[in-house]
Amino acid sequence: MSSSKPAPADKALNRGGFNLEAIKLGGWKYPAFWLALGLVLIGGFVPVITGTNTWRETMFLILMAVSLASSLNIILGYTGYVSFGHIVFFGLGGYVGFYLIAVHGWSLWLAAPVGGLAAGILALLLGKAILHLRGAYFALATIGINEAVRTFVNNFDLFGGPVGLELNFLVYKDYGGPAAMQWSTYWAVFGLTLIIVVLSYGIKFSRFGLGLLAIREDEEAAMVMGVRTPSAKTWAYVLSAIVPGMLGVIFFFRNSSIAPPEAFRLHRSIEFIVMVMLGGQGTVLGPLVGATTYEALRSFLLTSPLFKDLQLAFAGLLLLLIVLFVPTGIVGWLRSRFRSLWRILE
Amino acid sequence: MSQNNGALLQVRNVTKEFGGLTAVSNVTFDIPQGQVLGLIGPNGAGKTTLFNCINGVFPITRGQIIFRGVDMTNWKPYDVVRLGLARTHQIVRPLQELTVLENVMAGACYGHEQRPLSQAEEIALEVLEFLHLAERRDQLAANLNVAQKKRLEMARALAARPYLLLLDEVLAGLNPTEIAEMVQVVLRIREQGVTILIIEHVMHALMNVSDRVIVLDHGELIAEGLPGEIVNDPNVIEAYLGDPALAEKLMSGG
Repeated sequence: MSSSKPAPADKALNRGGFNLEAIKLGGWKYPAFWLALGLVLIGGFVPVITGTNTWRETMFLILMAVSLASSLNIILGYTGYVSFGHIVFFGLGGYVGFYLIAVHGWSLWLAAPVGGLAAGILALLLGKAILHLRGAYFALATIGINEAVRTFVNNFDLFGGPVGLELNFLVYKDYGGPAAMQWSTYWAVFGLTLIIVVLSYGIKFSRFGLGLLAIREDEEAAMVMGVRTPSAKTWAYVLSAIVPGMLGVIFFFRNSSIAPPEAFRLHRSIEFIVMVMLGGQGTVLGPLVGATTYEALRSFLLTSPLFKDLQLAFAGLLLLLIVLFVPTGIVGWLRSRFRSLWRILE
Repeated sequence: MSQNNGALLQVRNVTKEFGGLTAVSNVTFDIPQGQVLGLIGPNGAGKTTLFNCINGVFPITRGQIIFRGVDMTNWKPYDVVRLGLARTHQIVRPLQELTVLENVMAGACYGHEQRPLSQAEEIALEVLEFLHLAERRDQLAANLNVAQKKRLEMARALAARPYLLLLDEVLAGLNPTEIAEMVQVVLRIREQGVTILIIEHVMHALMNVSDRVIVLDHGELIAEGLPGEIVNDPNVIEAYLGDPALAEKLMSGG
């Protein structure tokens, strides 16, 4: 099997080894990995090719959506836990990083990882407290936590309370002025997207990932098979929180201000769930396809005079249609329709 | 604390209460290394509950469970399997959306030997070959039929490379040909030196594979002995009288 070539139709069902080593050795043995990476690379360089700021801003939002959806997919798609208030990690990470930049004069490049760390620590603590809840109870708890953190920040003077914090524009000088800053933050988000896509693939085809998938399918059975479910779930939750925390710092830094309503906007959470479900939960490619499709639709709807106020209603309708008719999402549907593409559409 | 009288598993005065209901009452028995111990009893006697107590799914109310000389009373299921005790479920629990191979690999990865993925795949393929599931390796577990799911359940437990295997009605729902095949599989697992505790309602099959049999009724151990002794034990016959069909099977089964 180690010498099997890619692609002949019946061999395509064979998922081959699961070790990442083979990516280095086998090259094209893992088409799904290269497809996902290739899509991000091509998408990421679109603004360079077109050379316009409009494209850069569009791609910034798409890449950010892709990495947020891919992060959510680790806990939602791989582990089977619906984190409804996932935006809390984006908001809290953003706040911690923004505070360090605005008040203590930290560099963005230091504050962003610290924001990610803060989100990770929050997930670690939450994991101990709420990951024993199942199904709707867990989802409800995550909503409650987002609301609780928002209320806390709203009353927390250090973070500016309800007004939030603002950044002095002079800060951007250290990054070569506002224009250069917009490019460097763009590349930072691009880099994070690459990292989360590689991480998504690495986790899915690792021993740890197999344990997560087992939890998703049947948590009791997983436990009886030997998966240390409490710690596996907690680490999945932590891993799904770190990148959103870092993105929060970059996003609000670019935005030059942060306030509770923007940081902890619950409907953004729901939009990420729609993205993951639309693309195909539990697949590496799904969040990529789902986030891109959804963001493209969203910007179309927002600019259309007819639909601009109905964008959220549209998201709700879309979620309903997916759950009713294509619960496995675009990638999942393609996988079941064209079984010969299994190894490409992971 | 850690005592060893040569038995692989020692169950000592185990009691399990659910609120006011005593599901398992003061049960004590040993399984010596290499034996097949049959566990029978009427429906609702507490057989599966006893399994759940042994492998840590339910914490026990009183008593002690010693495995390989280690007191593992009230350990979590994932720690129990690491010590080398694997089980199957009466109602099969395949990981539906994973392939047959992935199901068994998970067993090998997280079982007694804690194998890395590449080795887990080798072990899984070996076990699938043994259970005649190798050609199904890339199918989703959800798409298997009942007999195949039963074998998958067994494959997953075997891939954990256990010292002791708890089999919960692996023959239920199978046709006579499949039963005969499965009995051969159990005997071959035993030949490999794996100790087995087996719950079974298919009496003639159980009598064929077991070295000794214990009988549970209303959560209490009412008899213990060789298969031939058990079927003639008046206590056992009485326990089964509530279920005449089973009693008849038992009488003719030896």
